[in-house]
Amino acid sequence: MESIIACHECDLLHQRQPLPAGGTARCVRCGAMLYRRKPNSLDRVLALTATGFVLFIVANVYPFLTFRLEAQKQETTLITGIVELYHQGMWIVAGVVFLTSILVPLLELIGMLYVLLPLKFNIRPWKLPIFFRWIRSFKPWGMMEVFMLGILVAFVKLAKMATIIPGIALYAFMALIFVLAASAAALDPHIVWDQLEPHS
Amino acid sequence: MNNASPTALNAGLISCHSCHLLCRGVRPPEDIFAICPRCGARLHPRKPNSIARTWALVIAAFVFYLPANVLPITRVISLGKVQSDTIMSGVIYFVKSGSWPIALVIFIASIFVPLIKLFLLIFLLISVQIKSKWRPKDRTRLYRITEAVGRWSMVDIYVVTILVALVKLGSLATIEAGPGAIFFAGVVVITMFAAMSFDPRLIWDKQEQNDERRKKQ
Repeated sequence: MESIIACHECDLLHQRQPLPAGGTARCVRCGAMLYRRKPNSLDRVLALTATGFVLFIVANVYPFLTFRLEAQKQETTLITGIVELYHQGMWIVAGVVFLTSILVPLLELIGMLYVLLPLKFNIRPWKLPIFFRWIRSFKPWGMMEVFMLGILVAFVKLAKMATIIPGIALYAFMALIFVLAASAAALDPHIVWDQLEPHS
Repeated sequence: MNNASPTALNAGLISCHSCHLLCRGVRPPEDIFAICPRCGARLHPRKPNSIARTWALVIAAFVFYLPANVLPITRVISLGKVQSDTIMSGVIYFVKSGSWPIALVIFIASIFVPLIKLFLLIFLLISVQIKSKWRPKDRTRLYRITEAVGRWSMVDIYVVTILVALVKLGSLATIEAGPGAIFFAGVVVITMFAAMSFDPRLIWDKQEQNDERRKKQ
């Protein structure tokens, strides 16, 4: 474990000190969060990631929302809107939505499993630190919780016009957002980095 | 030097930008290809060309902001009639139909947040460039807010995606995405990159340079 750490927002050096369980160390100068201590952090994140992976599959396979207006019915899955945008020639928008709501969250889930499962069994697979670095740099582009807000707005917008029936995928999606948030709250990346030390 | 704050830079160390490992013995800018021994990221004491890159992206975002708000983001085709909606007309629709909480959400996420984010970044850039000493801690906090809040602007793009998927009833009612959506997605992505390319450490660096200069005089 590194004994000195620099604040990533103001570069001030700090001596790393042991924290009580659930404690957070903050920079004395700018207040940025330096590191945290979560008991069983990696086990928790692994469990949540595995749950998230199952929910992700359910959210993408089953019907998401169904739109019913008199006799007409339009059933959609998560990807329907993206395909439809692409057909309308909006491939840039389709690409942005695909990346932020499907591809990045999926890569993040798979990547976390790839990093955490081997660490759990003390194996060091191929290029593990590089994969973890990539996952961390993708992270800001996964925006499922923002998508959820979008669903809410679309719901209100269409509620007066027709009946909208939520599908199984929508419930899985909502659960997935909570699981991902819990996993982000339980993970301090420094714990993983300490275990990926080149010398150990 | 002895008066300066104990930062990694002053101690001749580089904190890796992605895994925060402190690395010794690399002296950029000569050693531009130094690589973090732990995670393999390129090492640099500060984000490269932070100020120039952030300015470029902020200006690009402003260029996209106007068409994003003026051009329609959705077109509703219903029984041969076409109705185009911009972001603002969507907000007005929600206000008129009585769902003002939703109107507020859309207004804040789509109109207010991108604009305030760009102005905050400009403020931070200028404050760093004129070597301002004004409340560095609060400016760092402003940066943190700027970085955290940007993603929520994407909400309108997702609303369009869902509307387009659901309302596909042929001649009865169809919703299409409008050209404004492309520019709007552009604004969100560019402002996110702009916030990422700004380096909050610069706020504190200028602070120290000022202190040192004052002491020398």
